[in-house]
Amino acid sequence: MNTRIVYIASNTFREAVRDRVLYNLIAFALLLSGAAILVGQISIEIEKLVVINLGLTAVSLFGVVIAIFIGIGLVSKEIEKRTLYTVLSRPVRRWEFIIGKFCGLAGTLVVNAFFMAVGVFAALFYVSHKFVRADALILVALYFIVLEFLIVCSVALLFSSFSSPLLSAVFTFSLFVIGSFAEDLRNFAGMAHGVSRWLATGAAYLVPNFSAFNVITSIAHEQPVAAQLILQNTLYALFYAAMALSGAILIFEHRNLK
Amino acid sequence: MPAIEILGLEKTYSVGFWRKRPKRALYPLQLTVEDGEIFGFLGPNGAGKTTTLKLLMGLVFPTSGSARILGCDWTDPSVKAQIGFLPEQPYFYDYLTAHELLEYYGQLSGVPAKHRKQRVEQVLQQVGLRDVGGVQLRKFSKGMLQRVGIGQAILHDPKLVFFDEPMSGLDPMGRREVRDLMEQLKHEGKTVFFSTHILSDAEALCDRVAIIHKGELRGVGAVEDLTSSVQGKVEIIWQGPQIPTAIKALGAECHVSADRIRAVIDENQQDAVIEILRRERLRLIALTPVRTSLEAYFVEKLRRAETTAGTTA
Amino acid sequence: MKHRRKITIVASVCLIVFLAASSFVLHRTDQLRPQGTLDEVLFLNSPKVIQRASLGYDGLMACIYWTRAVQYFGNRHHDFAPSFNLLAPLLEITTHLDPHLIVAYEFGSSFLAPKPPHGAGQPERAIQLMEYGIQNNPDNWRLYYDLGFVYYMELKDYKDAAQAFERGSHVPNAHPFLKVFAAQMAQHAGEFQTARMLWTATYQTTQDEQIKQNAVDHLRALRVDEDVTHLQDAVTRFGERTGRLPTSMSELTAAEGLTGVPVDPDGHPYKLTPEGRIELRTPDDFPFATVGFPPGYKPKFHAMP
Repeated sequence: MNTRIVYIASNTFREAVRDRVLYNLIAFALLLSGAAILVGQISIEIEKLVVINLGLTAVSLFGVVIAIFIGIGLVSKEIEKRTLYTVLSRPVRRWEFIIGKFCGLAGTLVVNAFFMAVGVFAALFYVSHKFVRADALILVALYFIVLEFLIVCSVALLFSSFSSPLLSAVFTFSLFVIGSFAEDLRNFAGMAHGVSRWLATGAAYLVPNFSAFNVITSIAHEQPVAAQLILQNTLYALFYAAMALSGAILIFEHRNLK
Repeated sequence: MPAIEILGLEKTYSVGFWRKRPKRALYPLQLTVEDGEIFGFLGPNGAGKTTTLKLLMGLVFPTSGSARILGCDWTDPSVKAQIGFLPEQPYFYDYLTAHELLEYYGQLSGVPAKHRKQRVEQVLQQVGLRDVGGVQLRKFSKGMLQRVGIGQAILHDPKLVFFDEPMSGLDPMGRREVRDLMEQLKHEGKTVFFSTHILSDAEALCDRVAIIHKGELRGVGAVEDLTSSVQGKVEIIWQGPQIPTAIKALGAECHVSADRIRAVIDENQQDAVIEILRRERLRLIALTPVRTSLEAYFVEKLRRAETTAGTTA
Repeated sequence: MKHRRKITIVASVCLIVFLAASSFVLHRTDQLRPQGTLDEVLFLNSPKVIQRASLGYDGLMACIYWTRAVQYFGNRHHDFAPSFNLLAPLLEITTHLDPHLIVAYEFGSSFLAPKPPHGAGQPERAIQLMEYGIQNNPDNWRLYYDLGFVYYMELKDYKDAAQAFERGSHVPNAHPFLKVFAAQMAQHAGEFQTARMLWTATYQTTQDEQIKQNAVDHLRALRVDEDVTHLQDAVTRFGERTGRLPTSMSELTAAEGLTGVPVDPDGHPYKLTPEGRIELRTPDDFPFATVGFPPGYKPKFHAMP
C-alpha cells in the first residue's frame, strides 16, 4: 500500500475533524431524537416508517452537503492558500495527492455515516422497543448511501481540481440533482429524435445515476433488495468514482500552480 | 557533478481573455550551480526568481527547456527526497501544530518512523521553535511561520535546499540566525540556492550569484570577482587628530570621526600616503582596497539593461 | 516530462475505460429494475406528500411525473401487460402538482377506463380524475368532453354522458359538437354512428400521439363492426330468400346488387366461411373489433403472461 496516500488521507481526515465538521452530528442527533419523540407520542402506527424515512434521508442529505462543502475545497483551497507548494516539493506524486484527498474525504463521510447509523437504530429502538429481521435492510440502504457519497466526493474533487470553490459547489450540486432524476433524463432521451436523442442519451449516461441507490422508501416498507442490485450498484459506484478521479488526476497533472 | 543545471528553462504565459498576449516570465535560462556552494539568485521583485524556483520544483511547467537536479531529470519524483524547498511567504495547514506539521512532512518525505520524532525535535530546536511545538500554526506570527518553513525544508536532511526570500518577515536577530543556519548547511556539505532582493545578505553569504531582471539573466559570477576593485581605490584610516597637508594636497576625501581619520585615495598614491604618515609619525590603523559593492554592480547591470532595452525598443 | 506523459496516458485510458464500464453496469441495472423509481409510487402515492417534497418546484415535478406516466403506460401497453395499477396514482400525482396539465386528463380518459390490456380498467377513477380537472379548469370544454366520453364508452351510462356533454356545451368557446353529442345521446345512444362521431372528435382534438393512435384503432374497429354486421345481415337475408347459404362472397354481393369485393380498412377482402360466417382475414390487426373473429379465436394479448 502506498503509504504517502495513507498519510495524505489521514491528514485530510484530521483537517475535517478540526474543521468541526463532525459537529453536524449534533444537529442530526437533535433532529432525529426530536422526530422520534414527537412521533412516539402521536402513535399513529407509522412511527417506524417516519423514523426510517427521516433518518435515512437526513443521513443522505447531511452527507452530501458535507461532501460538497469539503470536497470543493480539497484542491482549490490548497492551491489558493499555497499550502500545496511545500507538499508537492516532496516526493509526492500529484496523482497520489488526489487519491489521498479522496480517501480522506470518503473516510470522513463513512465515519460520519456510522455515527448517524447508530443514531437511527437508537431512534428506531426507542419507537419500536425491539428489532426485527427486516431492520437489517436499513444497513443495505446505508450502504447505498455510502456508495452515493463516494460518487459525490469524486465529482466534487474533479471540479475542485480546476474550478473555484463557488463554481465547484454549483456544478457538484447540479450534478447531484440531475443525477437524482437521471432515470427521467434517460426517458426524455428515449422520446427524443435525431441528434438531440444521441446528445441526451450521452448526457444521461455521463451524469451520475442515483435513482438505483435510493431504496429508502421501499425498505421502509420492508421490501427486500436483490443481491444482484447490491453487486451492480457497488460496481457502478466504483467505476463512476474511478472515472471522475481519473479526470481529476488528468487535469491536476497538467495544472500550473500560480 | 553540479548540483543544479538549468538548461534553457523558459516560461511564457498567455494572458488576456482569448489568451493572445504572451507574457514572458522567464527567457531561456542557462545556469549551473556547483555542489556545496551557497548560490544567490538576485533580482528585483517580479524579475522571475520565483518563477525559476517554481519551474525547478515542478509546480509550473516550462514552455521549453529542461534541468538536471543532482544529476537526475528535474521531473523525477525520487529527486524530491533529496531537496528541500521554502517558498516565499509560506502558508501551512493552520489547523496543525508545528510538531504535527513537521511530523506530516516527515512522513511525506519518507523519513523513517523510528527517526522521525527525534528529527522533528531536533529541527524545532534548530529553528528556535521548541517551546511552541504544540501550538497551532494559525497562532504563529510571520517570523515564526518563516522558521517553520525553514524547518520543513531541512527536516529530511536534503542535499540541496532552495529558499525563496528566506529572510522576509524576520527581525535582525532572526536574519542573523538564518544566515548562521545557511552557513551551517554549507559546512555540512549541502548546497544552498536562495533568491533574494536584499543584496547585503547575498554579499555576506554567497559564493556565487546570478542577477536576473525582467526574466533575463544579466550576470553570473563569484561575489569576489563581481565586486573586485575596478576603480582602483584604497581606503586608509589613521589616528588623528590632524590631516597632513601633504595628504590634503593629493586631493583625497577625508572624514573625521572621534580621533580617527578616514580617506579614500587612488591605488597608485598608496605608497606616497604611507610615507607621509610615517614622516608625520601618525599611526596607521587600516589600509583596505575599496570594493565595488554588490549593490553598485547590481544597479549598474540593471541600468545598462534598461538602456539597451530602451534603444532596442 | 516522461513521468507526466505516462500519467497522462494512464489517466486518459482509465477515464475512458471506467466511463464505458459504468455505462455498461448502469444499462444492466436498468434492466434489473424495469419499473425503476416507479416502484416508489406504490408506497408514496399520496399526491400531497409528493407536492410537499417538491419544495415548490411543482411544475417541474408535474412534467417529470407526466413523462413517467406516459412511459409507464407505453412500455406496458407494448408488452400487453395485464395490469396498470400505477397509472391512476401517476396521473393523480401529475394533476395534483399541476392541475392545469390538460393532456394528463385526456390521457386518463382514454386509458384509465378501458379494461386491460388496453387500459387500467378503472373507469370510476377516471371519472374522479375528470371531475377534479373540471373543478380546477371549469372553463375548459375539453374536460367535459372527456368525462362524457368515459361515461359513454366504458360505463355505457348514456344519461350521465349526456349530462356531461350538456354541461360542457355551456362553457364559453365550447366546441359545437358538445351540443350535438348531448342531443345524440338521447336518440342514438349505442349506435355505430355515435361512437364514430365521438372517436373522430377525440382524434381531431388531441395532440397526444398515443391518444390519436388509440382513436384511429377504434375507428377502424368500428368500420369492421359495421361491415361485418351488414354483411352478416346480408347472409341471413340470402338464407331466408334461397333457403341455403351463399357459396362465395361474389355470389352474396351479386345477390345484394353490390359491385366489387367488400374489403376491410386495410384492403383485405372479408372471408365468407362455408358455415356462413363473415370473418376478417387478419383479426389481429383489429384489436377493438367485436365481431368478425373465427370461433375459438384468442386475441394476441391474452397469450402473453
